[in-house]
Amino acid sequence: MGLLSLAIWTPILLGAALLAFGRRLSSQQVRWVALAASLLGLAVTLPLYTGFEIGAAGFQFVEKVLWIERFNVHYHVGVDGISLWLILLTAFTTVIAVIASWESITERVHQYMGAFLILSGAMIGVFAAQDALLFFLFFEATLIPMYLIIGIWGGPNRIYAAYKFFLYTLLGSLLMLLALIYLYNASGGSFDFQVWYDLPLTSTEQTLLFFAFLAAFAVKVPMWPVHTWLPDVHVEAPTAGSAVLAAIMLKLGAYGFLRFSLPITPDASQEWAWLMIALSLIAVIYVGLVALVQQDMKKLVAYSSVAHMGFVTLGFFLFNELALAGAIVQMIAHGFVSAAMFLCIGVLYDRMHSREISDYGGVINPMPKFAAFALLFTMANAGMPGTAGFVGEWMVILGAVQANFWIGLGAATALILGAAYSLLMFKRVYLGAVANDNVKALFDINAREYFVLAVLALAVLFMGVFPKPFTDVMMPAVTELLQHISVSKLP
Amino acid sequence: MIDRLSWAAITPELLLLVMVCVIAIYDLFLKSPQRWATHYLTLLTLAAAAFLTGSAALSGQTFSGFGGMVVSDPMGNWLKCFAALTMMVLLIYARPYAGARGMMRGGELYTLGLFGLLGMYVMISGHNLLIIYLGLELLALSSFALVALRRDDLRATEAAMKYFVLGALASGFLLYGMSLVYGATGTLDIRAMAVAIEAGVAQPQVLMLGLVFVVAGLAFKLGAVPFHMWVPDVYHGAPTAITLFIASAPKLAAFAIVMRLLVEGMPALAFDWQQMLAVLAVLSLIVGNLAAVAQSNLKRMLAFSTIAQVGFLLLAFVAGVGADGNTANMSTAYSAAMFYIITYVLTTLAVFGVILLLSRDGFESEEINDLAGLNQRSPLYAGVMAAGMFSLAGVPPLVGFYAKLTVLQALLAAGDGIYLWLAVFAVLMSLVGAFYYLRVVKVMYFDAPTQTAAISAPLELRAVLSLNGALLLLLGLFPGALLALCAQAIASLLV
Repeated sequence: MGLLSLAIWTPILLGAALLAFGRRLSSQQVRWVALAASLLGLAVTLPLYTGFEIGAAGFQFVEKVLWIERFNVHYHVGVDGISLWLILLTAFTTVIAVIASWESITERVHQYMGAFLILSGAMIGVFAAQDALLFFLFFEATLIPMYLIIGIWGGPNRIYAAYKFFLYTLLGSLLMLLALIYLYNASGGSFDFQVWYDLPLTSTEQTLLFFAFLAAFAVKVPMWPVHTWLPDVHVEAPTAGSAVLAAIMLKLGAYGFLRFSLPITPDASQEWAWLMIALSLIAVIYVGLVALVQQDMKKLVAYSSVAHMGFVTLGFFLFNELALAGAIVQMIAHGFVSAAMFLCIGVLYDRMHSREISDYGGVINPMPKFAAFALLFTMANAGMPGTAGFVGEWMVILGAVQANFWIGLGAATALILGAAYSLLMFKRVYLGAVANDNVKALFDINAREYFVLAVLALAVLFMGVFPKPFTDVMMPAVTELLQHISVSKLP
Repeated sequence: MIDRLSWAAITPELLLLVMVCVIAIYDLFLKSPQRWATHYLTLLTLAAAAFLTGSAALSGQTFSGFGGMVVSDPMGNWLKCFAALTMMVLLIYARPYAGARGMMRGGELYTLGLFGLLGMYVMISGHNLLIIYLGLELLALSSFALVALRRDDLRATEAAMKYFVLGALASGFLLYGMSLVYGATGTLDIRAMAVAIEAGVAQPQVLMLGLVFVVAGLAFKLGAVPFHMWVPDVYHGAPTAITLFIASAPKLAAFAIVMRLLVEGMPALAFDWQQMLAVLAVLSLIVGNLAAVAQSNLKRMLAFSTIAQVGFLLLAFVAGVGADGNTANMSTAYSAAMFYIITYVLTTLAVFGVILLLSRDGFESEEINDLAGLNQRSPLYAGVMAAGMFSLAGVPPLVGFYAKLTVLQALLAAGDGIYLWLAVFAVLMSLVGAFYYLRVVKVMYFDAPTQTAAISAPLELRAVLSLNGALLLLLGLFPGALLALCAQAIASLLV
């Protein structure tokens, strides 16, 4: 078994074992086992980075075995500079999610932890798959654990949210499945990405395929106007569920654009780029404005996620190196920052059982240590230089200005809006006089919470100050991707 | 095709016939209300039948007997093998349920079940309209009697009545169609029929009328809209163990006669019957899925879900021959249909297995809400049920996903995307399907349990149920072998 398979299957198998046998352990034992499993899951992904040959194009750690002969499906996995960081981010976030759920989950802990571990392995599988059917299997397999996580451990309106999540994403995926089958037939019986990249397709075919992919990935990202499931789901999901959803699951959609839409239907991508740019700008500006008026902290961060992901899709469809690399950096940065934002809300929610901004005020007084972290993450969310949030946005804006000044201007307003809603929330929740007795009674974060937030703070600062390791790894893959897009595939 | 020693072609049928007589007589002398001897003797018979047919299927040989009246080919033998295995699992699931409801005072459950299986075997291997019809009637009569097995239960008797009247009507349709086809072609033999139709018959109108009636009769048996009226009532009214019987093994036989009558017997008319099946498929997908959403009774919901699944299955038959007469897609399409029906039966077994398990004496666990909080009472059974639901909805990594994938692939491969709209439509309807399948999962996992009674089951049942559930996942992860098996079986049929 190769390194990559180890990274995929370690969490899945350990999670399944926890599901099967976890009932015999006490909740506390389950937590430690889950922590050990997630740490092991992270540990087996690290050699992927240390062993990664930076600067080399193409895929590394490739494993390819014939799996389903009838459909010529291969168990074919590999990583390039784009997927490497996403895989590491997934394993890292899983550890954070396990620690963050330590005290807040008290019922059926083994099922909760098992679901998270399986989810983690499936998401790594999505980023590693080189075979479209394998990709689809992992992509869909993430739905079941997330559905259960939201539905069992979520808030009062969790069932509605779980349904909405499942059905929205399933609809998109099913249309994508048709596109995959079409490509399978058109390519003479292959599910291999690389084969599809060289497959000539007429303009009509490309357009239809492009929109089938768009249905799947736009819902997952989510792009305006199919983003409405995200705020509902975030509000109801348990804290760690929100964190993983925002940090990783949204990236599955963005990643799909990189692997499918852009290289397989390059001509349609160019042709419909105006639409994608328009939708992205609406996400950035309009949804940013919507975030501004939210009263619920989780909703606010959820809308800000949509806005930030708008940056990502914008970067994809400008077709220059700077914007594309910036978009990928933004994916990773948003992973850290949004996870941290949701965990901060979780810390407050655990204590006050409220997410209404108006219930808070002056939290900095009883919780100075926590407020310091919250300030850092708020700044990162607003895209302040020196934090992870800045690098990607800045690159995308530069790339946008290169393409068209007005697009750049539109994108840049996001910085203003981002600063507005982030700082406004910080002011209303943390600053000022202590609002009421409940806030007065708050106690500062414990060692466990401190640890989690500190790790994320380090990641955010590191990426903001020194983004080179990230960009170096991804540059060859970005260049290669752009080459694919620049070549017309019309027959 | 070699016309070998005739008896060899019907060895499994002979075995079943002899054993059902032996078991019926032996059972007369039994006093035990548990009927363990009958039970294990039946299981042994079924195992022997599965072994015989399975090894015949593995040999890959095709030969006919009795002047072409019956045929022994890989497709038929695999279907027979799976039917026998299905019956074994079914009887293991049904035993505690039937015992607690006074359905075991005599050995009818076993003898009628075996007679039903014999009917299926005859249907599957029949290569002559008359033989196929005989098998069909044998199965139908056994099923009617089985539905009425609880004589004191009003609902079951009513269901049996409906089943009998509509079933007789369906048989009439089929028989009428067959006689018209016979009139037009002058033969009852499937192969001779295909040759005659290919050469052109004297009265194509009669032939076409016959085809319409044959398709209607088959649609009745499969439960496709608009011939589906009996399905919800019979599923709902019959004792759950019998519902499982109706919903599982006979579907394999129904698939076989569709293959024999339409694909083998009337390939030259493929374009005509495809159009009819397309209409049936679309209607079934709409009515099945939309009506299932509205059900609160689990058995009724599963009945409508079956109708929808049959609609999906029919799409595979539609995909067989392109509108341009291109037959390159035939084996892909029909093997997709075979895979679909086998996995459907496997999933149905698991789902009804859990329902049977949860039904206790005097309490039928048939409302969806009866499953509330099952996960807290028994994670294993909830897991099996959830696997069944996700599989029926076609969500990977469960095996149901590949069933849908193979059908969609065949549909898109047929012609220049002429069936694209059908595929898109089927996919949208699957989404509606996901809604009601998810509801079952929701009730089991998200709702608080309304009852706390311990769930107990014999070890035998628990083991088989776990294996059944595990197979849904394992076949989802490694579908290659079963896919290859179906492809080979169909390929040997089409040569």
